[in-house]
Amino acid sequence: MNTLLLFVLLSLLKVAIVTVILLTSVAYTVLLERKVVGRIQNRWGPSRVGPFGLFQPLADGIKLFLKEDIIPSGVYRPLYLLAPMIALGCALISISVIPFGAALRVHGVDLFQIADLNIGLLVLLAVTSVGVYGIALSGWASNNKYSLMGSVRATAQMISYELALGLSLVGVVLRAGSLRLRDIVNIQSTHGMRSWNIFGGFQFVAFFIYLIAAYAETNRTPFDLPEAETELTGGYHTEYSSMKFAMFFMAEYANMITVGCVATLLFLGGWSSPFGHLLPVIGGPIVQALLPVAWFVAKVFFFLFLYIWVRGTLPRFRYDQLMGFGWKVLMPLALANIIVTSLVLAIRG
Amino acid sequence: MHLVLFLIFAGLCLAGALNLLFQRHPINSALSLIVVMTSLAVLYLLLGAEFLALAQIIVYSGAIMVLFVFVIMLLNVGAEERTHGSRVAYLAGIPGVLALFAILASIFLSLTKNLGSAQLGGFIVSTSDLSRVLFRDLLLPFEVTSVLILVAILGAVVLARKEH
Amino acid sequence: MNKPAYMWNYIPLLMQILAAVGLAGFIIAASWFIGRHRNSKVKLAAYECGMVAQGDARGRFSVRFYMVAMLFILFDVEAVFMLPWAVIYRKLPATTGSRFFGFWEMLVYVGFVLVGFFYIWKKGILEWSKDKADL
Repeated sequence: MNTLLLFVLLSLLKVAIVTVILLTSVAYTVLLERKVVGRIQNRWGPSRVGPFGLFQPLADGIKLFLKEDIIPSGVYRPLYLLAPMIALGCALISISVIPFGAALRVHGVDLFQIADLNIGLLVLLAVTSVGVYGIALSGWASNNKYSLMGSVRATAQMISYELALGLSLVGVVLRAGSLRLRDIVNIQSTHGMRSWNIFGGFQFVAFFIYLIAAYAETNRTPFDLPEAETELTGGYHTEYSSMKFAMFFMAEYANMITVGCVATLLFLGGWSSPFGHLLPVIGGPIVQALLPVAWFVAKVFFFLFLYIWVRGTLPRFRYDQLMGFGWKVLMPLALANIIVTSLVLAIRG
Repeated sequence: MHLVLFLIFAGLCLAGALNLLFQRHPINSALSLIVVMTSLAVLYLLLGAEFLALAQIIVYSGAIMVLFVFVIMLLNVGAEERTHGSRVAYLAGIPGVLALFAILASIFLSLTKNLGSAQLGGFIVSTSDLSRVLFRDLLLPFEVTSVLILVAILGAVVLARKEH
Repeated sequence: MNKPAYMWNYIPLLMQILAAVGLAGFIIAASWFIGRHRNSKVKLAAYECGMVAQGDARGRFSVRFYMVAMLFILFDVEAVFMLPWAVIYRKLPATTGSRFFGFWEMLVYVGFVLVGFFYIWKKGILEWSKDKADL
């Protein structure tokens, strides 16, 4: 019983710390995006609140909380309030199965992962598939033409790309033979960069399929059709104000961070260093425990930067192009990748 | 511990199913069905079927129910209008359901020895155990599933196509 | 001190779910109580860029959206079957004695599904822009 109590308390601590870090990262990813997109467009971005605009997220948060909270009279109230909760809830859940560093156990509790499940990859897929309801219900409950069109578009887009996303993961699982995220990373951390799935595992096709599908899944440019402001005003969140709008916003950025984490774990070797065993062992046990976390954070940062870079560079797709691309290019490509990968693995034995 | 969880989620499942019947708007019924499917997934998990639990959420809560909600959104289905229903339905239906339930329960209880019993939280079935059975011993049923999917694709196209 | 059982790993997952839902509910409530409310009839109307909203927002949509959702279910089932196959794939030769056993069984499976895929492709279900689709 004592063990269980300690386990529960330590888990509670982990959940609290990780959620706070995630929410802070969300706030600063927004700032990073505004800064980087600003520089891409030859502007400064936020620079007035605090040094380099570093307190801008705080100011935005206070502003959004103090805004008038409007619930329009035509909405279907229970679902109108439930939709942002589903969106943000699902965005925050998926972080719980992600390992941030090499396993380090204290009293049987893994310090760098909230829940080490044998089916971690499936939990990620399940949360993604349930997250669709947040966007589907928000448009329907709003009783607004723009919202409904935005959410019907978004739902069709998300379920189409979910297929390509799910199929692109099969190649990775084929190589690792496990759905546990730690196993998938461990098989990639033997020879540094050479054993990463994207290089040594020959999963670069799957990597690009995953990346493109994930951009569509998170409704980011160039697939941000659901909130195409030139045609749909705000898309599915047109009728949302104050923090309810901010919840959709936070969910989008939290999903971006999760996508970055998953791409890192599945294709870029997770927390393993790119130079593998070539690097001499430096520092004491604390440095040895934290160095992998630093590699992990650096790789996730790379993906977040890529997201922002793409947003600053590419224009939006047309809806028929988007659906055609998902079904006619990504789907067959993902199936071909699975067949080729399994054939290669069978020949090599 | 496991029994408490079982009772909570079995109760949630039944409550969702009853709510499905009593709600008047189809979207509320659809959402209740999602609750039913997800609580079923937790019950599978308590029986040690990890993969099945997550597959239940991915396929039922995440795919089939999305279709339900989507169709309700697309067709602008309004709240259903209640009628009192015929007296025959009450007189024959309720005793009929009770009788069916009693027969099924007695059959399952009398055949416990033959059917075997599942244990709550006693063990866990790993995904590779499941795959070993599915992709070696039950290969034919697995391959036939693909024919089923093919037929379903044809059926969906036939249902949705234009009248000529 | 006995070792934590595997099923304990679901406790933190449950905690994270409760924390996420609790936080979301808290934000909804806080937003309602902190923000002021000065409502007027026009402010509470549906926002359509200044135009007065005409008719019901919930109309009927193209049957293509239904087809997408229907096909999604079918291909999702296929994808869910592929994951346990991928888990066992490298261990299959040892238990079946054939190196290509796993490869052929999945090729047959994918083959059937691909027949359906080419059928919907040829029927134009995947065409969104042109009107040559048989819908």
